[in-house]
Amino acid sequence: MSLIKHHKLLETNVFLLVLGIFVTVAVGGLVEIVPLFSIKSTIENVRGIRPYTPLELAGRDIYISEGCYNCHSQMVRPFRDEIERYGHYSLAAESKFDHPFQWGSKRTGPDLARVGGKYSNEWHTRHLIDPRSVVPESIMPGYPHLATTPLEYGSIAAHMKTLDVVGRGEMYGPVEGAYENAIADLEAQATPGADTDALVARYSDFAYGPDRAEDETTTMALGDLDGNPDVITEMDALVAYLQVLGTMVDFTDYDETRKAEWIR
Amino acid sequence: MTQATTAQGAVSGARADGTSYVEGPVRLFVLASVFWGIVGFLVGDFIAWQLAFPALNFDLPWTTFGRLRPLHTSAVIFAFGGNVLLATSLYVVQRTCRARLYGGDVMGHILFWGYQIFIVLAAVGYLFGVTQSREYAEPEWYVDLFLTVVWVLYLAAFVGTILKRREPHIYVANWFYLAFIITIALLHLGNNMAVPVALLGGDTWWKSYSLFSGVQDAMTQWWYGHNAVGFFLTAGFLAIMYYFVPKQANRPIYSYRLSIVHFWALIFLYIWAGPHHLHYTALPDWAQTLGMVFSVMLWMPSWGGMINGLMTLSGAWDKLRTDPVLRFLVVSVGFYGMSTFEGPMMSVKAVNSLSHYTDWTVGHVHSGALGWVAFISFGALYFMVPALWKRRSLYSLRLVSLHFWIATLGIVLYITSMWVSGIMQGLMWRAYDELGFLQYSFIESVEAMHPYYIIRATGGVLFVAGALIMAYNLYRTIKGDVAEGAQDSVPAGAAVGVRQ
Repeated sequence: MSLIKHHKLLETNVFLLVLGIFVTVAVGGLVEIVPLFSIKSTIENVRGIRPYTPLELAGRDIYISEGCYNCHSQMVRPFRDEIERYGHYSLAAESKFDHPFQWGSKRTGPDLARVGGKYSNEWHTRHLIDPRSVVPESIMPGYPHLATTPLEYGSIAAHMKTLDVVGRGEMYGPVEGAYENAIADLEAQATPGADTDALVARYSDFAYGPDRAEDETTTMALGDLDGNPDVITEMDALVAYLQVLGTMVDFTDYDETRKAEWIR
Repeated sequence: MTQATTAQGAVSGARADGTSYVEGPVRLFVLASVFWGIVGFLVGDFIAWQLAFPALNFDLPWTTFGRLRPLHTSAVIFAFGGNVLLATSLYVVQRTCRARLYGGDVMGHILFWGYQIFIVLAAVGYLFGVTQSREYAEPEWYVDLFLTVVWVLYLAAFVGTILKRREPHIYVANWFYLAFIITIALLHLGNNMAVPVALLGGDTWWKSYSLFSGVQDAMTQWWYGHNAVGFFLTAGFLAIMYYFVPKQANRPIYSYRLSIVHFWALIFLYIWAGPHHLHYTALPDWAQTLGMVFSVMLWMPSWGGMINGLMTLSGAWDKLRTDPVLRFLVVSVGFYGMSTFEGPMMSVKAVNSLSHYTDWTVGHVHSGALGWVAFISFGALYFMVPALWKRRSLYSLRLVSLHFWIATLGIVLYITSMWVSGIMQGLMWRAYDELGFLQYSFIESVEAMHPYYIIRATGGVLFVAGALIMAYNLYRTIKGDVAEGAQDSVPAGAAVGVRQ
């Protein structure tokens, strides 16, 4: 074969060989990755999606630090059993503010994409401190230190600004007053009886856009989340994050209308 | 079949030459390989026991599974595998080019210490929760930047040595090493694009956020993740196969033509396979399908490599009976063939719908990691130590044989238990009772895993024990000891007391 004969060229010139390798391995990635940024239908626009509140964001950072992704996925696949066990299959839009994504690759524990609202704040706190106190057969590690470690949130606004850089100005930039009120918002969300109207309005405006109805508000866990009202701990933040997972999109209307369609 | 003249020349002519090779740093890389191998295997086995007995997490932040698992994966892939790749590549490139390492001893030492600092920086970070949460790319931005510098020097040293070669052709092992070095550089840069919060005034200096999010981030990560397997754990170790199998068997590579075809096919197809980690997710269907199709096609060049490795034994198969080092090398190629069949099968969407998220994936990875990567590494280490320390032989071939059998038994326990537990998990999650309700709660599937987690961790103990035997054997070899009767050949069954 003549092609094989010409291979001598590559075998005797390291620069040609390096170039050949580079071009050969570049193709696949270019074809698979680049169009994901340009094809519009990759991420559909979905009502209700918003960036994380400062407290949820701090909780998400802890979720990442503790390596929760090693055992928990956040991606419900469109199978009957998964939809019944976890809820509506995950939409691309639901992780569009996730830098980095947390879809995971292993379910040593259950999927968490829609864990928000399924258990009480108290359950989560007890479960994280001592998983076997609420689920005796669980093999999850205990995380008692979360409940005793005060959350460091002095520079949470810098985290949000960084996310706006990687998010091309579409994350916190459009949230009215997100940076100025970052610390106040964080404290309000984790303090029982605090005035949270401004916080809720800020993020609801983003979630539902200009045609937001007056009573249309985004869901978030409010108040003392870890049973310790004196101090905002890492536990407060993590519970706030877990409680918002999968709750931003309201699937109830969608499901009902579809079912009616199918009966006809 | 054509027998490669270049391959033959490069392999047999390497040692007769008088060129003085850089060996000190290569020896250090060999020692580091053994050390990090044992550390990585131990951490892996420890977290395997954690899954069976969660009390072993000790309720401390630094010892939870979530922080130790990246420590295990990084230790075995980058610390053990990486040191083996650096050791062998610097050993091989000098001999197959008949040229001293570009940059000499100084370059060798910079690479060695630079790489060890990278490992320690990454490992310490994990224990303190410093992670990007990108699988096999967990180190944060400052570690990534540091590794980039080391890697550029590595590429320079490698290409520089090839430029100085006194052989007309570049030997096939070096094509694979080059593909590994270049592609890992590309993947490393592509997948670690992130902005540190410190740039915008954040207090947490180590923290950064990925440039991409959601779908695009997932695709980028698994483009990286799958090709860390494809280029770090496959192309690099195929290079090891292409040098050490012919050397140990004293036979030329089976087919020069096949090595060309499977090399280019392998590196072209591998890159596309990433999306099979994202089947049925929110990644668009077209990308999933591309990933599946290319993964299935990848089976062919993978087996091309296996055939080229195994058939090199043509006319020398009898050596398998007497040479336990060759046995490690050849059985590793067998495991490579097995896992590169299993992989394409699992990338088929229908199979993946069952296997994804389960222990089956973990078993699959370990049949490749323990059977292929670790075994061929052991073979290469057993080959290089006597050569680098100028010893006539290993301390004891009998111990090599014992290592082989004990480690093989460990792998068998590991992968069979994970097949059973993984498939069982997948079936339990989708099981329905006669009334149409889900039959099992999630926690029932967790409970059902317990015995298999114990079997798996027991397999791990055997694998660690084998590595300790190797460490002892290599230590005595370096000391210059020779066990009684070590010059005799060791029949396959000798270590376990089977009479031949």
